[in-house]
Formats: sequence, structure tokens, C-alpha cells
Amino acid sequence: MSEYVLELKNISKRFGGVEVLHGVSFGLRPGEVHALLGENGAGKSTLIKVITGIHQPDEGEIYLNDKHVHFSDPLQARLAGIAAIYQELSLCPDLNVAENIFLGRQPTTVGGRIDWRKLYSEADRLLTSLGVHLDLKAKARNLSIAQMQSVEIARAFSLNAHILIMDEPTSSLTLNEVAELFELVRRLRSEGTAIIFISHRLEELFEVADRVTVLRDGSYVDTRQVKDVSRDELVRLMVGRTISNLFPKQVVKPGEIALKVDHLSCAGIFEDISFELRKGEILGMAGLVGAGRTDVARSIFGVVPPTRGTIQVDGQLVKITSPQQAIDLGLAYVPEDRQLHGLIPAMSITSNITLPILKEYATRGWLQDKVERAAAFNAARQMEVRANSISQIARTLSGGNQQKVVLAKWLSTKPRILILDEPTRGIDVGTKAAVHALMSNLAAEGIAILMISSELPEVLGMSDRILVMHEGHMTGQFTRAEATQEKIINAATQTIATGSAM
Amino acid sequence: MTVKNLTDTRSNLFRNLTRFREFGIIIFILILAVIVSLRAPVFFTLGNFRDILLDISILVIVALAQTMVILTHGIDLSVGSSISLVAMMVTYTIKTYPNTSLVVIVLLGMALGAVLGAFNGLIIAVGKVPPIIATLGTLSIYRGMVFLYSQGYWISPYQLPEAFKMLAKGTPLGIPNIIIFAIVVAILVYYFLNYTRTGRDIYAVGSNPDAAQYVGIRKQQIIFLVYVLTGVAVGLAGVLWASRFESAETSTALGFELQTVAASIVGGVSISGGVGTVPGVLLGALALGMINNAVTLVRISPFWEQAAQGLLILVAVVSDILITRRVQRNKAK
Repeated sequence: MSEYVLELKNISKRFGGVEVLHGVSFGLRPGEVHALLGENGAGKSTLIKVITGIHQPDEGEIYLNDKHVHFSDPLQARLAGIAAIYQELSLCPDLNVAENIFLGRQPTTVGGRIDWRKLYSEADRLLTSLGVHLDLKAKARNLSIAQMQSVEIARAFSLNAHILIMDEPTSSLTLNEVAELFELVRRLRSEGTAIIFISHRLEELFEVADRVTVLRDGSYVDTRQVKDVSRDELVRLMVGRTISNLFPKQVVKPGEIALKVDHLSCAGIFEDISFELRKGEILGMAGLVGAGRTDVARSIFGVVPPTRGTIQVDGQLVKITSPQQAIDLGLAYVPEDRQLHGLIPAMSITSNITLPILKEYATRGWLQDKVERAAAFNAARQMEVRANSISQIARTLSGGNQQKVVLAKWLSTKPRILILDEPTRGIDVGTKAAVHALMSNLAAEGIAILMISSELPEVLGMSDRILVMHEGHMTGQFTRAEATQEKIINAATQTIATGSAM
Repeated sequence: MTVKNLTDTRSNLFRNLTRFREFGIIIFILILAVIVSLRAPVFFTLGNFRDILLDISILVIVALAQTMVILTHGIDLSVGSSISLVAMMVTYTIKTYPNTSLVVIVLLGMALGAVLGAFNGLIIAVGKVPPIIATLGTLSIYRGMVFLYSQGYWISPYQLPEAFKMLAKGTPLGIPNIIIFAIVVAILVYYFLNYTRTGRDIYAVGSNPDAAQYVGIRKQQIIFLVYVLTGVAVGLAGVLWASRFESAETSTALGFELQTVAASIVGGVSISGGVGTVPGVLLGALALGMINNAVTLVRISPFWEQAAQGLLILVAVVSDILITRRVQRNKAK
């Protein structure tokens, strides 16, 4: 008997001519939380998909409880007790909670008729045993991300999974939800479930993981005990070099007020938001997911105009009713969801970058192709976008590179006020550092930056001042010097005594 | 716990809205009924109600099949041409062999339809061609085959035996057979969609194809299946069409595909897949049938009929979009 429930030996996988996994080995012990760490493109997702039968390895073997197995489709892996919760959640939005749990294996009577009563009672039993309270008949569409994950976990355990794979489960959760999730993870571990855990947030590994395996460029690097390894060492293993300064914030003397917001409200969404943002300053906006930070940004940018309150740009009172007007005033907004709002995935890098400023490259209505391409090339080079050429289609880029293209696009408008919404969500450590360095440089050039971030280290590391929101209200404002993790968490989770129509 | 309370209010709200979706069409039907009966009292008679049901029976059969296709985020535009081809082929068979039993005729029609549907299914599920393109192609191909097969001739009532004509309009059970056929199909589809795994898989594939695949549902098989099932329903519809109208022409069921799509959408089936119920589609077909009937009764120019149906479709689709948006906004809060 080996010590592993699941063992991968020398797994290789090629897509077309590109080898994305080269001889990766990996061992999972029963009752451990094993973190899988690596930059974007390191091969974590591919490895997971090999384990769950979505991809078949070109070389190498998989052993499950010492038995050589070969999964030709996801169903076989599921039946063997391997369950996965993917980054992109795999629920059917139009089906209800109970049905999603038993999707594809609804209990049936002898005649093959779906036994709805049993389905609901089993679902109820499962959720109760996981300590989750959910309306069984609620459509998945109407659940929060944390609730959707609970449904997925329940689904995994309805199959008696003894191996649970969680691919970035915390990236969209609030702090409380993360805490609840970790509690569940610890409980499952104590019951003997082996868990593979993927996250870009190193702090989380130290909190829940027992061991960590690092991948880099599709190769196995090392496996360590989490308690014996330092954060810096993990970063070094991941990127293969030392990143000296994770938050390269330069000290900039703030200039005049670039943006002033007074008692800004949007009925039912956020209330009474006031702040100032000076040239050269980075103002961090912290809070839980859903606190209304993005809504404030969208209001300022004219996507959803506010119902009350005033906005001043460079001391001038303005009424911004459309993004075009905001752009003309020197604002730029880099949205949170790159795929949804920031990029046109089917267009080339060039077209994406020059989209907001096309008219600058047009004479009498005709685009000057050469000038446009040259401008895009320079912008992409400045941002260190990694691509085959600037004609490459944006969809085919990695997450970090997409984010760079989005940044390049907005910087091409030469904004004076830059709003960044979760600028580094889901991108790897190396790219993250590059984005942070760029932010710092932009601030040094006198651009005023409003940065929305749910990652506390980022907020603390990059901001000159920090503003905290909770349920649509401002609940705290701190300078860089006085801000601490505890103060921000307190402000982000406090309840408002005065109350409101929420 | 606050989180739980939030879910409760959200789901209640959503339940109310979905209920509203079918309420909306019921209210429309009631208002239409009241208005029309004020102008033409004959509207509220059993005889007229029977006429409406007769008129929509074939529509119900094909619209329910179309619904299964739309649930997978597909569409089948070839159903009108398929009906015509099946009608033409079975009536030629009857003309040639007048003694063929009706059971064999019905089965033959369904088998022919299944073949036509399977061809659609192959192009879409295996060839990965978008359904709207694939069935736009077969719409023309199947219609062309009608011309080739019939050489442009049509089958007239006198060429068909009485027994075949009675298949649709006979009333051994007190109401016309064709209505019975529609009711049986509706019950079968209802049971299939709600009480079998394959039926639920159809919703899953339409709602989130990747999720369906992750849990081991064989997506391509499900997609192939819905086109074959549609073919079977279309086959039955082709036989009934020939029987009810006692003829088969090259222009039989021309444009009928749009009516089936309309009945589904008016009945609350979401064009983006995953949402839709059998009762909803029945109401959708009823609403279309009533407009049709009302135009005749109130003696409005028939030119208005299509415009009225079109308006209803737009209202249905726009309200669908508004509801979705509302739900999303509530969710965003």
C-alpha cells in the first residue's frame, strides 16, 4: 500500500504541438488539503482536467488507491469518487438547488420515473449534513457565488466523493464566506476527504493547506510541507526568480483635487458617498463583494448615472450621463470583468487597444491603418503584453495578458483619472507585480487612481488612502499610515446603526 | 442568518415572476376572449371552442417538439417542409396501396419524420453546425424534395380513402381524434420533460452545456435526440395534416415553422434555452389559435391576423427580456 489515495506518475499532455504538462508527478494523501500552486499557464487547470477525466494524458499513469485507472470521460472519474468544483461554476442556472445537486443522476423509481420526493429529501439531508441552509427550490441563477459553491460541494458529496478538487473557490467570495468555506474544508478533511486546493492567494494556503505542490511552465517543481515553507520561498518556486518588491509603491506628493464626489447616491444601491481624489494619489476602495463599490465606479463613469449628489472633475461641477462623456472629461474605467466589459474577445489586440480613440486615427472617416497599428504596438510593448503579434485575437490570450491589453486600451486615451476595478483578480504573481509597478508609475506621472480591490494586501500595499464600503455605505476612511488589516475588516463588515431602506 | 433570508426573498420574487410569465398569457387570453365575445357572442360556444382546438392541434404537437429543441438552445426551421414531405409521401403510399392499415400509415409517417429529424440532428450534433443554419438548409432541401417527389402534382381529396380522412376528424371518443392526438402528445412530452432523466438533461444542456457535460451528460446525444424526437412529432403531424385537409400539396405547411416557434416563445420558452414548460406552450398555441379565430369572427381583414400574431410574439419576447433583466438587477443588489 502506498500512502496516497491518488497518485499521478509522469503525466504529459500536449495540445496540438504544444506540451502543456511535462512529466508531472503528484501524490495526494487521504485527509489532507494539498494546494496546487503556479502562475497562470503553469498547467494547474490542465492537470486537474486530467485527474477528472476531461482530458486524457498522452503519457504517464494515474493510480487511484493503488489501482491503475484510465478515465475516458468525466463521468468515470466522478463514479470513482473524484469530484471537482471548477473556477467557472458548473450549475445549470435555470434548474433549482436540489436538481442541480443530483443533475444527471436524479433518483428514480423502478419504472425509471424521477422520484422528486426522494430527490428533495436527499438534497435536504445532504445540505443539512454540510451545515448549509438553502431553499431547495430556488433557481441556481438566483444564488450568490458562495451558495452556488455549497451546491457544488453537496453535489460532490452526493457521489460519496473521497477526493475533492477546488479550483480557485475563493476568488469571488467575501471574507466571511471564505471563512465559512475553510471551516467546511477543515471538517471534510477531518472526515478523511482528500482535497486539492488551487488559489492565487498565498495567504489562504497558509491558512488551510497541509502540503503544497508547485508547478511552473507545465513542469513539477517541488512539494513542501506548508508549515516549513515561507511565502517568499513559494513565490520564488512559482516564478523561478525572486520578486523583490511585491508592492512597489512610490511615494508621490499628491497634487490638486482631480475628482471630488459629494453625497453621491443611487437609489437602493448605494447612499451618501463622498470622497476626494488628488492627482498622483492612489485611493483604495475596500469592502466585501457586493458592497456597492463597483456601482459607485459605474455611476461616476456615467454607466448608471447617480440619482443624487454631485461630481466635480478638476474643480468643475459635471453631470456625467454617458461613458463617452466621462472619457471626454479624462476618466477611464477598467472594469472588473475583463471578458464582459473590458475586452472584445473576438477582436485583435490592436483593435481592442485603439477602440476608444479610433477617431484619432481616422482622416475624413477613413482609418489610417499603419498609424493605428504603430500606436497599438507601442502601447502593447509598454505594457509588456505577451503575444505572437498585435494581430492576435484577444480571446486567445492568458488572463494576465488580457488585463494588460485592457490597461493599454484605457491608457491610450491618456486619462487623468483612472478607475481600476479589481485590477489583479485572477492573474498570477508575476503579472500582478507588473501591474502594480505600472500603477505606481502612472500615479507618479500625476494620474489620479481609484482602485477597487477585495484583496487586502493589495489595498494596504498600493493605496495612499483607503476608503471602506459596506452594504452601499461608506464605513471607514484611513490613511496609508493608520490602515491595518483589522481596521479595514471591521469597517467592511460592520452593520449600520442608522439603517436605511436596504 | 441574513444570507438565508436574502435567498428566500429572492426566490419568492423569482417564483412570482415566473408565475407571472404564464399569468401574463392567461390574462391576455381572457382579455381577448372578453373583447371578442362582446363583438361576436358566438365566440363563447362549445362549437367555436372545438373549432379553435381543431385548428391548433397540429400546432400543439409540433410546437411541443420545437420547444424541446429550443430548450437545448436550438431551433428547427425545417418542420414545415418536413410536414409537407411526409404528407406527400404517405398520401402517395395510400393512393398506391389504398388498403394499407392506418396504424402502418401513422408509423410510416413517424419513421419518415424520424429520418428527416435524424439528418438535422447529425448535421447539428456531429457536424457542429449552428442549428439555425443547418435547419435553414434542410428547410429548402426538404421542400425541394417535395417538388422532386411529387413532380409538382398534388394529392386531392378524391384520391384518398374515407378511412384516412376519418383519422383526423373521426370522433369515436366523442371529440375529434386529432385533438386526442394532441392531448396524448402533450401528456407524453410533459411526462418526458419532468419525470425522466433524459428530459431533465434537455433542460440541463440548454441551461449550461458545460455544466451538463461536467456531470457526465452526453450533450451531443441529447441534442441529436431532440431533433429526432421533433422528426417523429413532425411525421405524426404530416400524416394528420394530410388527413385533416384531405390533400397534400407542394405548399403544405409553408411557413408553419414560424408558428411553432411563435407558440413556444409566446408560451414562455426562452430562446436562449433551459426555460419553458408544456402548459406554457399549450397556452401559447391557444393564444395564437384564438387570434386566428377572433380575426374571422370579428370580421377583421385577415391581413391583420399575421400582424396581431407578430405583435404578440414581440410582446412575449420583450417581457421575457424585461423579466430577465429585473431578476438580474435584483440579484446584483
